[in-house]
Amino acid sequence: MDAILEILGGLHPEIDFNTCNTLIDDRIIDSFDIVTIVSEISDEFDITIPVEEIVPKNFNSAKALYAMVERLIEE
Amino acid sequence: MLFTSFQFILFLTVLFVVYYLIPKKFQWMLLLLASYIFYSFAGSKYLFYILITTVSTYFTGRMLNQIQSISAAYLKENKETLTREDRKAYKAGMKKKQRRWLTICLLLNLGILGVIKYLDFTIGNINSVLDLLKVNNNLPLMGFVLPLGISFYTFMSVGYIIDVYREKYSYEKNIAKLALFISFFPQVIQGPISRFDELKETLFAEHSFNTTNISFGLQRILFGFFKKVVIADRLLVAVNTIVRDPSEYQGVYVLVGMFFYAIELYADFTGGIDITIGVAQVLGVKLPENFERPYFSKSIVEYWRRWHITMGTWFKDYIFFPISVSKSMLNLSKSCRARFGDAIGKRVPVYIATIVTWFATGIWHGAAWNFVVWGLGNCLVILVSQECMPLYDKFHNRFHVQHTLWYRLFQVMRTFWLMSFLRTFDCYRNVPTTFKMYGTIITKGNYQELFQGGLMQLGLTLSDYIVVIFGVVLLLMVSLLQRNGSVREKLAAKPYIIRYATYFAILLAILILGAYGVGYNASQFIYSQF
Repeated sequence: MDAILEILGGLHPEIDFNTCNTLIDDRIIDSFDIVTIVSEISDEFDITIPVEEIVPKNFNSAKALYAMVERLIEE
Repeated sequence: MLFTSFQFILFLTVLFVVYYLIPKKFQWMLLLLASYIFYSFAGSKYLFYILITTVSTYFTGRMLNQIQSISAAYLKENKETLTREDRKAYKAGMKKKQRRWLTICLLLNLGILGVIKYLDFTIGNINSVLDLLKVNNNLPLMGFVLPLGISFYTFMSVGYIIDVYREKYSYEKNIAKLALFISFFPQVIQGPISRFDELKETLFAEHSFNTTNISFGLQRILFGFFKKVVIADRLLVAVNTIVRDPSEYQGVYVLVGMFFYAIELYADFTGGIDITIGVAQVLGVKLPENFERPYFSKSIVEYWRRWHITMGTWFKDYIFFPISVSKSMLNLSKSCRARFGDAIGKRVPVYIATIVTWFATGIWHGAAWNFVVWGLGNCLVILVSQECMPLYDKFHNRFHVQHTLWYRLFQVMRTFWLMSFLRTFDCYRNVPTTFKMYGTIITKGNYQELFQGGLMQLGLTLSDYIVVIFGVVLLLMVSLLQRNGSVREKLAAKPYIIRYATYFAILLAILILGAYGVGYNASQFIYSQF
């Protein structure tokens, strides 16, 4: 989780990613941010994030991102 | 059959009566029949193309579903015995099989679109190169006529089949229902580009006679007609006068043309979509919105989130993300990071995907270099503004003007004019002419002409201008009211007399103020040509 918070914090230091659950809904992160997040998470956790995983419910919060990463590692 | 024709009004009236008289379970079948009748008015030979798309998409979906079912069953049965690696390898093998079917389907459908829409453009370019090389054997043009709405229904089918491949939802078992999704007549001409999972519930549902829905739908149709025949078709005359004679209309007229075209295109496209959504609503079907007051946008990125929304999200989901997060792109990004540093490495996937997406957006709008340059122009502005973000942030932190009305107005005007400049590529016959016209804005120096009768030489009379101003003010008021909720709901809460006086006034405006005149023939909606 810390690694994900660090990646997100690097993009938008002004946001509290521990509490924010509307990253996509409130347009806090945009398409360009998503590409960076996917790239950095892929590197960090050595996983492939398939394009079908790029949906708002997976990117709306740090928790949701973490859950997706755990699921992909498990698979 | 044009939306603005009496033929269409008659067609819709008959359909409406029959639709609410027949048993509800047959309603969607009637919609399918109506859609094919509507489509055949454009030429029955074009039914062939939409049928190929429907049948190939259906069978590919079925095939993908079959492979997915086999895969799921096998993994479930052998859950205990398979190792993680075995499972991964099996899944990869089955995905590869699916990818083969998907590729065939995409090649076929995008191939049809490509050949019909872009073959002559390609041949034209080859001939230009041959001319440059002084080779006399020019290739003959094929002269294909674009089937009605091919760009829209192809994109909807492609979106559907990719979603089935991605297992976002299961395939549609009933080919007739899939056929209705692909050909649904209100949206086949100019969108919105609907998604199957969002549309299926409402499209195949049984619909009761709901007076609110019907009243709201009719109001929206009425407003769409108003935008189209009172504003767009009137300004079309002035825009055509300016752009068809670039040797005569230069300098200030180019700016006037840009401004008029911005209003014309907005009234034309949003008017068409109002009619589309209104017609669907009258039939109980809810289509997605395609606009969210785009001319109030404060940046070009925001503008593209609010203009032709369903097209933007389509390109994002099926082109931008698949390219930018693909394995090869991430590997490229990694190696660029190692060689050139983090800053460049991070940008590589975003830049490449953005350029491809905007190239595709441009060429989707039309097989001409104008559209390619227009698309890439948008791309350039988006990337530059993305790079300037830290500068903007510094400026905003230093001067605290972000939330002041005058600064927001400045941002809105800046975006409006920036988009109007880019959109000029739609208008002139080629790219060099457009650039030349840009140049004359500075060099011509004929600004005084505008107030010395220049505006009266554009094919519009004083009364035409008054009607346009009245129409634009009305559009602006409706847009401002929309920010606080549905205008139709607000109107519904008003006394009976005010409501009906408003409906009657709009109807009267369409009948009296519509740009008719001798030999009137409502022009095609601009987007129906894409």
